[in-house]
Amino acid sequence: MIGVLYAAGIYMILRRSLVKLILGIIILGNGANLLIFLLGRITKGNPPIIPGDLKVFAEAYADPIPQALILTAIVISFGLQSFAIILIKRVYKVVKTDDIDEMNAIDQDS
Amino acid sequence: MTGQLVIYPLLLQLLLSIILMFSWSRISWQRVITVVGGFINIAVSFWLFAFIWNEGTQTIQAGNWAAPFGITFVADSLSATLVLLTAISGLAVSVFSASSIVAARLKYGYFPIFHFLLLGLNGAFLTGDVFNLYVWFEIIIISSFVLITLGGEKAQLEGAVKYFTLNILASMIFLTAIAVLYGLTGSLNMADLSLKVAAIENRGLVEITGILFLIAFGIKAAVFPLYFWLPDSYHTPPSAVSAIFAGLLTKVGVYALIRFFTLIFVDNAFLQDTILVMAILTLISGGLGALVQNNLRKVFSYLIICHIGFMIIGLGLFTEMAIAGAIFYLIHDIVVKTNLFMVSGLVYRITGTSSIRSLGGLYAQYPLLSLLIAIPLFSLVGIPPLSGFWPKISLITAAFELENWWAIGAILFASLITMVIIAKVWANIVWKDKPELPERSNFRYYEKLTKEGKIQLVAPIIFLSLISLYIGFGAEQVQQLSSRVASELMDRQQYIDAVFKSSQTTKP
Repeated sequence: MIGVLYAAGIYMILRRSLVKLILGIIILGNGANLLIFLLGRITKGNPPIIPGDLKVFAEAYADPIPQALILTAIVISFGLQSFAIILIKRVYKVVKTDDIDEMNAIDQDS
Repeated sequence: MTGQLVIYPLLLQLLLSIILMFSWSRISWQRVITVVGGFINIAVSFWLFAFIWNEGTQTIQAGNWAAPFGITFVADSLSATLVLLTAISGLAVSVFSASSIVAARLKYGYFPIFHFLLLGLNGAFLTGDVFNLYVWFEIIIISSFVLITLGGEKAQLEGAVKYFTLNILASMIFLTAIAVLYGLTGSLNMADLSLKVAAIENRGLVEITGILFLIAFGIKAAVFPLYFWLPDSYHTPPSAVSAIFAGLLTKVGVYALIRFFTLIFVDNAFLQDTILVMAILTLISGGLGALVQNNLRKVFSYLIICHIGFMIIGLGLFTEMAIAGAIFYLIHDIVVKTNLFMVSGLVYRITGTSSIRSLGGLYAQYPLLSLLIAIPLFSLVGIPPLSGFWPKISLITAAFELENWWAIGAILFASLITMVIIAKVWANIVWKDKPELPERSNFRYYEKLTKEGKIQLVAPIIFLSLISLYIGFGAEQVQQLSSRVASELMDRQQYIDAVFKSSQTTKP
């Protein structure tokens, strides 16, 4: 499923439309988050709490670090995405197109 | 007191941007605060640098968690040098932007964001934790997005879309790489990773992770197949903004590459060869790209790419001398590139255009200024005794020792092409007769500025030129510094010890 998310995200980014670009970035971000989650070894029902009478973990436990990472990554990507949406709205107003191929004002020498 | 010294540059920048946020609408206050803050920042960074130089690598564990578990901040001499250089170019650019950026832009929080950018840069240089590095990268790119779009002109927005997409893509790849690396090792601390990655049996997976990191940082650093966003976006914002971007943003990518490929992914012939090939192609393609451009700032943008190649090639050769050359080049390049973009801003201010074809006659108008402009231009080429010359000697000697003729050829070719370009730029801007230009209404020409405004434009250029003259004439000291950095980088054990030792002493 992560593979599908990555593929879909990259496909969307490669499209010419700006809106699809943003969607692609969002999907790709979710794919990356899920990948962290998966590679952090999903363990069910074993919170990382050491019982009072032990010094180390007795059995496999759910690693809290990937969850912390994902939380951070989600917050960051949320910020970026909201910026991106404002940006494309602004670009659409100024340039009056959402087709990336038509944005070539910078290639003309001033 | 000195135990916390490592995070002082970070705290200072955070404090500055918060103070600036509070004086949101008082632009004249903001100007004063940011310049004074810039001086304090240099003092603090120099303090940190001197401390590291005398006492060796310093670390600090966030929340006093022992090393592989908490977030570590590490300042070795590479980080300290880069923090010092960030402070220097930060000060120069903040003085420059005080008069070169129009008030309408300043009103929308230019200075607070600028200090957030410096905060992110310092953080990225000082952190010793992979995920923390990702967070600092995000701080950098968010602030740079705001800086690049501030003003909202058409070309600027179009450049911003490309810049934005590629940088987000790089972040996603970086995140993916972190995920894979965490899955492999279960650790995020760089020193810990260095030990654990070496112990992994499945070398193929390590190589793939290395490649993922290489792509992520390669996009940031603008190396060969991944640089196309840079010349499309760097010339669009005001030149003060592109100065700080050119001087420091791509260098963060280079720093991350150097850090990762000397600490975590080492002794891997495949990765080193890949880096070497990328570096050679970067040198050639950046140089050729610059040759055909006609916009002054686009020429400089391509030159950034070309010169990133010099640093990466040092990393690819991977001997102590080559890395020393790369570090020396990094030091020289940060100062010179910041200066170059400020020069292009000044030229634009004087003539009202930045197209090379319609420039000219600068020498007849301002002979002293032209002399000043000559310093960054010719240090870039590396005409001895100016600063670009010395690192190239180290790099070429290192390549000779390895008998890597391709690398030598690429270095010489890129130097030659830079010289051709600079000669062309110099002849066109300074010596050519002044063509007739239509007078632009509503444009603040240099000669119409107040005396104070002129000083604000020229003083930072003089400041940075003096520093690059120092790098050129005091090359022995800088060489000493970069050899020391290189030997620290090659000796991984010392970094690892520094991280773990401090955690043992601080254990409750």
